[in-house]
Amino acid sequence: MPFYRAHVLVCNGTPCILKGSRAVQTALVDEIKKKGLENEIKVVETGCLGISEVGPVMVVYPEGITYCGVTVNDVPTIVEEHLLKGRVVERLVYKERTASHVSAAAASRSREQRVVLKNVGSIDPTSIEEYIAVGGYEAMGKALTQMTPLEVIKAVKDSGLRGRGGAAFPTGLKWELTADAPGENKTIVCNADEGEPGNFKDRLILEGDPHSIVEAMIIAGYAIGANKGYVYIRGEYHQSVSHLERAIAVAREMELLGEDILGSRFNFDIEVFKGAGAYICGEETALLESLEGTRGESRMKPPYPPTSGLHGQPTVINNVETLANIPQIIANGAEWFASIGTEKSKGTKIFSPCGDVLYPGVYEVPFGTTMREVIYEMAGGIKSGKDLKAVLIGGPSGICISKEDLDRQFAFEDLPPGAGALIVIDEDKCIVDIMQNCAKFFLHESCGQCVPCREGTKRLYELFTWWQGGAGSPGDLALAQSLGDVMSVSAKCGLGQFAATAFRTSLPLFEEEYRAHVVDRVCPSGVCKMNNGCESEVV
Amino acid sequence: MEQKQCSCCKSHQGTSGGYSEVIRSFERKPGNLIPALHAVQAAAGYLSEEAMLEVAEWLNVPVSDVYGTATFYTLFATKPKGKYIVRLCDSPPCHIEGSNTIMAAITEELGIKPGETTEDGNFTFEIVSCLGLCGVAPAIMVNEDVYGNLSPEMIGDIFLKYRKKES
Repeated sequence: MPFYRAHVLVCNGTPCILKGSRAVQTALVDEIKKKGLENEIKVVETGCLGISEVGPVMVVYPEGITYCGVTVNDVPTIVEEHLLKGRVVERLVYKERTASHVSAAAASRSREQRVVLKNVGSIDPTSIEEYIAVGGYEAMGKALTQMTPLEVIKAVKDSGLRGRGGAAFPTGLKWELTADAPGENKTIVCNADEGEPGNFKDRLILEGDPHSIVEAMIIAGYAIGANKGYVYIRGEYHQSVSHLERAIAVAREMELLGEDILGSRFNFDIEVFKGAGAYICGEETALLESLEGTRGESRMKPPYPPTSGLHGQPTVINNVETLANIPQIIANGAEWFASIGTEKSKGTKIFSPCGDVLYPGVYEVPFGTTMREVIYEMAGGIKSGKDLKAVLIGGPSGICISKEDLDRQFAFEDLPPGAGALIVIDEDKCIVDIMQNCAKFFLHESCGQCVPCREGTKRLYELFTWWQGGAGSPGDLALAQSLGDVMSVSAKCGLGQFAATAFRTSLPLFEEEYRAHVVDRVCPSGVCKMNNGCESEVV
Repeated sequence: MEQKQCSCCKSHQGTSGGYSEVIRSFERKPGNLIPALHAVQAAAGYLSEEAMLEVAEWLNVPVSDVYGTATFYTLFATKPKGKYIVRLCDSPPCHIEGSNTIMAAITEELGIKPGETTEDGNFTFEIVSCLGLCGVAPAIMVNEDVYGNLSPEMIGDIFLKYRKKES
């Protein structure tokens, strides 16, 4: 392996790519070659470095100098001055947060604590050597050679880890139920069908640290007695698919996947399964249907997947972020993990504030952090200095809260985080317009199988559309509320059960605004047209 | 679905020669339906009736199930689409950031409404659910290329790039 005197990390997070980081990277590689430095300096493509609002971003090690807003024209200067002559190019240095380490740079912004995202942005996600160099696959080695499956499950149980996909089911218990269930062909499935609007954290993990998921799935397979794993991943996530497939292929080459892993007599392999564009497939039983090759329609529960999942066999389905915690728990111990967070909510949670915030992005914080800290201290507050109106926590299927709740803590016992999306809405927006948009989403994504969801999403969408057009009637609010109540108790799966949650929770907060639309036929924000239903869209 | 050859673009090898081999590369089990449909669509541009019949026979799945599955998922197309599929997200984060202004700009630029394909067969315009690009909202994808932090003025330049390739 060659020895490099310097490494240049080029951020390849989506915002930086949009700002031209790929062209900068190509120019950098060419320029380094031109100067004959290719054996001394290595260019590394990383996941998001966490400061993408000033992208394209790159970091030069060993000095740890962060350059921001780098253009192709700046590349020769950086190579000539910094890489060749060792003089920092001051005008491009990221001043707000110069730090010796990238994750520290992101952390200095806030109380961010990176457990799950510790490697994202600091290693090359396409290199298994770099993952191993930062301690990767050690947890797997420890589990397979020093621990029994029962001990692994106990560690996960003791850690207090709960599912990060929104439902917050205790992970260790899920594993135990599956391990105890009778069945020959148990399976572990990683749910990477991140489809809830506002969530883009799993994408970052898959693109920035794919080996952590491979390692976690091997550990999970060993614990529950599964020899096969699937990653069900959104068809739209092209880069996630390619990084993960590459990680799996290399792990196979190095015999970390396959037969008799590390001489433990444990066999395990992983397959990537590309979804085809259906939000419902994030629901675990619909996901299983899709994996079996059919329409993604949810199943009747019980039985739950731990006893009867893929092809009727016991199956564990874990979210990407949940799994990414596993190697850390095994390597550092359950006690270490349980020391992070609050009394009842252990570990960290990744949030993805978006919408009307200054710095949308992905931030990992310990449970117990307040919403104010995430939105104002990390995401930079509301754009253009406006006031906060509402936040949809977890996305359109989550609850709606107002600024009164800003000081509540994210924790299962206080403000449940859902999957981590924070759709931030400023004072200029109309709550009915937002709800109509959410309803359109659920109407489109309902699988149509059960009546409460199929008809309920349609009626809600119609009601909101009428209100927006000034065609509401005074009894509509009660009607919509009772429709929402019925859907929440009678729909077959989470999609229908939570399709009206945002509306139901926003109604007490913004009742006046709803009444203005329905009774007075006025939109206080001036967003809705109030044209008596004319020109309203037909879906 | 009478169309056997995809007329919309030169690169689509829309005849059986294009996808038959692709279908036969899959192990004959029902669980391979979605991967097989992905592969056929990648080879032929869309899922023709003939292609779906062939998939049904090879994987031993009822034709009705193949059709049901193909029409359930938004990424599958049972009709020919443009060479470039323009997907505009209109889920809440993009909606809040003004996706409707982007929609108007694209409609004007391409001269088509959502759901339609341009006459030259180059572009199909679709409104879709969340693309997971909420951090750079409002966002679109053109095939596999991602564009975010959009304003209506940026739309012309984006399409110019693709138009140049086609001219």
